Amino acid sequence: MRADLEIIEKWIQPQSHVLDLGCGDGTLLDYLQREKQATGFGLEINPDHITTCMGRGVSVIEQDLDIQGLGNFQDRSFDVVLMTQALQAVRRPDIVLDEMLRLGRECIVTFPNFAYWRLRWYLMRRGRMPESETLPYKWYNTPNIHLCTFKDFEALCYRKNIHIMNRTVVDSEHRYRWFNRLWPNMLGQIAIYRITR
Amino acid sequence: MPDSLPPDSVGLVEPQTLHFDEPLALASGQTLPHYDLVVETYGTLNADRSNAVLICHALSGHHHAAGYHSLDERKPGWWDRCIGPGKPIDTNRFFVVSLNNLGGCHGSTGPTSTNPDTGHCYGPDFPVVTVKDWVNSQAHLADRLGIKQWAAVVGGSLGGMQALQWSLSYPDRLRHAVVIASTPRLTAQNIAFNEVARKAITSDPEFFDGRYADHNATPRRGLMLARMVGHITYLSDASMGEKFGRELREEAYKFGYDAEFQVESYLRYQGERFSETFDANTYLLMTRALDYFDPAYDYDNNLAAAMSQARCEFLVLSFSTDWRFTPARSEELVNAMIAARRKVSYAEIDAPWGHDAFLIPTPRYEDIFTAYMDRVAREVQQ
Repeated sequence: MRADLEIIEKWIQPQSHVLDLGCGDGTLLDYLQREKQATGFGLEINPDHITTCMGRGVSVIEQDLDIQGLGNFQDRSFDVVLMTQALQAVRRPDIVLDEMLRLGRECIVTFPNFAYWRLRWYLMRRGRMPESETLPYKWYNTPNIHLCTFKDFEALCYRKNIHIMNRTVVDSEHRYRWFNRLWPNMLGQIAIYRITR
Repeated sequence: MPDSLPPDSVGLVEPQTLHFDEPLALASGQTLPHYDLVVETYGTLNADRSNAVLICHALSGHHHAAGYHSLDERKPGWWDRCIGPGKPIDTNRFFVVSLNNLGGCHGSTGPTSTNPDTGHCYGPDFPVVTVKDWVNSQAHLADRLGIKQWAAVVGGSLGGMQALQWSLSYPDRLRHAVVIASTPRLTAQNIAFNEVARKAITSDPEFFDGRYADHNATPRRGLMLARMVGHITYLSDASMGEKFGRELREEAYKFGYDAEFQVESYLRYQGERFSETFDANTYLLMTRALDYFDPAYDYDNNLAAAMSQARCEFLVLSFSTDWRFTPARSEELVNAMIAARRKVSYAEIDAPWGHDAFLIPTPRYEDIFTAYMDRVAREVQQ
């Protein structure tokens, strides 16, 4: 299993009702169903991923967050709402966060840190939009239309009265490194936040 | 029929008639004292009888869903593209049961059958049956076949409604319901189209208040019109445009009112052919069953409350150009299932053929259907 999913999995109680926004091929939900008797749904738009989910018994709904929103889900209807590596790709991350917190008691969000020192150095040295293994796109074709830094995200949480329960900062391979704790906004590549209201 | 049977066909099949002697109480308050159901089966029932799949047909469908009745048959069963060895409903793994519903005109007891009270055919005296009634009769069929629980109940359109009703009427008797191009209830527009079709039939002078058989007559023109208007709602504007455009049968306008456009002659042909094979009273009955279907009705119009009765898992599929039962109707159903915390997967498949798309496999439709049914089959084997 992907390393970030291993971290997330520890934050989810057995028998939780889970909504996974952008669930991919359903790896995490499949694991949670089998190992933690969790229930719930994944939202996905990639047709191949949707088929894979259906074939492995993960409940998946074809739904585009940017077009359809989450209005079809009821308030407080999930224990946990997840979104891994997709916040930076939605049209309005702030509204999506509000919606996630409307549906779930807790939310788990992961996204890449645009203030990572290599990206800063790339921009400073070349004067071009940074590209990296985590962000392997050109400025004009990137799905990541709302990149932010850890500080940006935390400022948004502060403004919205969102309580940050846990934060884990890892490298692009989702490994803990001692220096990530030292200066996360400079040295961390990916953050995994557990938030509530 | 091709010269030889295709390898992915279930081959030659023979329908069988099963007689039921226990009375069936109907939603209308009436009772059918005894009845026949015509059934076809494909594949083999396994030792613990856990691999059975029920196919529910739509408005004009019947028991002949796959294979050929004889080597002279021009076309295979109506869902042959989805049922057979290696097809989405794989007859190497499943025992498939397909029936003609009560009130039909293909051999099961219906308006053309003999009324035991009079010795004449039922005609308009055949009771109105509903989706619930059909499901009850299908449950008796399952008992007869020794099937305690279906691996899946599968249907498109009106067939999807039966799959849905199964999940509510007999929650413990199915593990999966596959609901394709269907809806939890008809809209006013849907009912309006049905009413036009019924009015076309009942206003035909050959209808004789439904007793046309006693007059050796058939309301052909009414049935033809009913089918023509129905057929328009099964296709999409784009698919009709693609198939016919404004193409004329001859080179120039003739300034008359005969069928000059290809689409006119196509609709007339479809209508005529249908009017020769289908019973008018059955058509009235089937459209009424559509109108009445509304599982939320018993739960204060709360569909989620209705769905919370279900125990099975659901696959719901819709088609992008279906304007008869639009994707929005399927989403309404899916949202009720989500609110009721049922297990459900949903996809909207991009296909140009309107409502009829459920009969025509596209790569994505086939992939999803195959992946889902493969999982159903794997559960059976465990």
